[in-house]
Amino acid sequence: MHGYSGKILHIDLDERKHWSEEKPEEWYKIYIGGVCMATRLCWENIKVGCDPYDPGNPVCIANGIFSGTPVPVGGKYGLASKSPLTGVIGDSLSGSWFSVALKRAQWDGVVIHGASKEWIYLFIDDDRVEFLPADKLLGLGTYETEEKIREIFGDDQVRSATIGPAGENMVRYANVTNDGRQAGRTGHGSVWASKKLKAVAIRGTYGVTVHDPETLLQMSFDITEQAQGPHTAKYRIYGTSTNMLNASKEGFLPTHNFQEGVFDFVELVSGEYLDEHHKVKVIACAQCPIACEQMSMVKKGPFAGSMTGIEYECLQAVSSNCGIGDMTAAIKMVDISDSSGMDTMSMGVSISYAMECFEKGVLKKEDFKCKKYPEGFEPNFGNGEAGVALAEMIRDKEGIGKLLSEGTRIAAKTIDEERNSESWKWAMNIKGLECPGYDARSLKTFAMGLAVGTRGGCHNRSAAYDPDIKGQTNRFTVDDTRGVVAASSEEYAAVYDTLPMCKFIRRCFTGKADRAGAWPAIAKLINATTGWNFDYDDVDLIGVRAHTIKKAFNIREGWKSEDDDIPYRWKHDPMTKGPGAGHVVTDEELNYMKQLYYKAKGWTEEGLIPKQLLIDLGMDDVAEEIGV
Amino acid sequence: MVASTSKYKYIVCDPELCIGCQLCEYICSYTKTGEFNSYRSRIRTIRVDEVLITAVSCRTCEDAPCVRACPRDGLTQDVVTGIIHIDPQKCDGCAWCVEACDFGAISINHETKLAEICDQCEDVEGGPQCVLICPKDALEYTTPDQRSQRTRKKLIKSSLEFPQIARDPR
Repeated sequence: MHGYSGKILHIDLDERKHWSEEKPEEWYKIYIGGVCMATRLCWENIKVGCDPYDPGNPVCIANGIFSGTPVPVGGKYGLASKSPLTGVIGDSLSGSWFSVALKRAQWDGVVIHGASKEWIYLFIDDDRVEFLPADKLLGLGTYETEEKIREIFGDDQVRSATIGPAGENMVRYANVTNDGRQAGRTGHGSVWASKKLKAVAIRGTYGVTVHDPETLLQMSFDITEQAQGPHTAKYRIYGTSTNMLNASKEGFLPTHNFQEGVFDFVELVSGEYLDEHHKVKVIACAQCPIACEQMSMVKKGPFAGSMTGIEYECLQAVSSNCGIGDMTAAIKMVDISDSSGMDTMSMGVSISYAMECFEKGVLKKEDFKCKKYPEGFEPNFGNGEAGVALAEMIRDKEGIGKLLSEGTRIAAKTIDEERNSESWKWAMNIKGLECPGYDARSLKTFAMGLAVGTRGGCHNRSAAYDPDIKGQTNRFTVDDTRGVVAASSEEYAAVYDTLPMCKFIRRCFTGKADRAGAWPAIAKLINATTGWNFDYDDVDLIGVRAHTIKKAFNIREGWKSEDDDIPYRWKHDPMTKGPGAGHVVTDEELNYMKQLYYKAKGWTEEGLIPKQLLIDLGMDDVAEEIGV
Repeated sequence: MVASTSKYKYIVCDPELCIGCQLCEYICSYTKTGEFNSYRSRIRTIRVDEVLITAVSCRTCEDAPCVRACPRDGLTQDVVTGIIHIDPQKCDGCAWCVEACDFGAISINHETKLAEICDQCEDVEGGPQCVLICPKDALEYTTPDQRSQRTRKKLIKSSLEFPQIARDPR
């Protein structure tokens, strides 16, 4: 079998032992890799119903089918555990040499069980596994930890996934970082911390072989060349931050904690502004010919010296969403978040939530006391210094930062109980995961896509903003097409998340990003790698299966249809400015669209999955457990 | 202290353009071994402080220190191309050549324990494969003379604003 080794590495932190599990080829044909295989490993290995911080919640890493080969943007892996933010599946992706090292160490996946008593890190050296004390790594930032580990082993090709200080402090939305990229959302960092696992380092020295190298190389050359043209220009030149101006013009740029969709100072925090004033270098993930990561630096002012990669989702969360029209403060906030290893999106929305609490009088100046400001401070929207201070307080769990580090769902519940307030009405999360940078009041298909999302408020899993923005649907109304549109867009995205490949390559196969444009090429790449005989339909099923196993996981953990909801604000508070002004998504509209969606998926009215559907997808054991 | 310059061609990387994707390592190891494995690549990317990125391979020094360093006369330099050849019969993996190289361009193969170095794909159609695959044209197969000529041209183009009228044929 090419492309896979057929082996999953299991590591038990309690007993400090490891073993290899062999999987049949048929299993790989169903679960492929990335988020789908990671979720499946989580399904197989979790103690059902456990708390996310329980040792029975495993860390599941699944490699990509193209990792370690020259297939562009194929160097990615999936990471899954039960999410401490949502209580359901937390699945993330990261582009990295970590996946390439894992491939060369000849493991298709890694499952980490149990919990260590002392802080440790793991070193997977081809077939060997070492459990090493992490004393020398504690307190180090994410990238520093990677560099330190390389220094310890004296080998630049040792690649690590690490958690930073925010993870060590168990910020609920801490994440896992590798090579400056993150498996960013749903709080993997705090799950790792619950196991006292600081890092996983890998050295893989075996060569990677594929079934048909000539075809694979020729296709890789062609795609690489296409990726230098207009299909990826947006990502190469400004990165995704170029969305800022358009999002504000279209009226869905989160502003002042999602109160509005138009930001008055957007030109000061645009991708174009970033390019002109702060960009120092563009860098790539593993085996990526696009290179979208705009490394940006603050060159003067109080935050001088801050440097990190800036992209749209992070930027909007800490700038317009917090009312901050100061790019230097925004870069500083993202830098704090990246170097300490937390999800900038959840952090930004938690900060904007606190700002709104302050402006509405729920939180007072004295609630914001910290070492830096012993008398407290006034975090009005637009206050960049306050934004930076709050980011640091969250990282260190200092003062109010401790509460905000739990995410908006828990923070609002706690504050409302204490103060008899109604701040839950502006706690912008879905299933506990903070909302992404698209205000869904005027993107109605997307609103439903987010509501039904298996990991909560995430633009990477539901891609239904795309038809809404492009005008393929009327974004201000609902109609009976939306179920199919949302189901189709999330399954489309799930194909990329499962291979996994970065979606930014989607137009480079034939110039067209739709299924007809991409699936035949992807089938050919899979076949050249593995020697399988995949066709268009097989590729399409990858997305269906990926989404199904995630949903099945959630059902087994107690998901109910009423969990498929959107924040109160999107249902009741219309915006006052821009094209989206006056619009909300009513409960009636949402429920109507949810039913259309369940129907499009072939599920029951309660959103449960029929047994036969699961059996047809080759998931008999899943059908047995949760099928109806 | 850099030992030597070269009149020969070699593969040079522009750190401004290099994005650190490592596709050069993939194609190099495949060309040499039929497998994709950075450990077997004769060109290596490096990344320091997140944003300092480049790739390094043999720079075909004149009077190459690696050749002089080999105690078994296992390394020879082609007088025409400057390419260093390592005789696997003579090499015993002592790594003196590795120590002698100022650029870190020589590696010891993990499996065979013998030294390996870039041979500019001299037997491969199309020449150095890494240069062909580099998505950003950061790699160039060139000589120091050509490099400096090009830099001078670039400099004059960027520093002088040509009045459009001067180029209009009258």
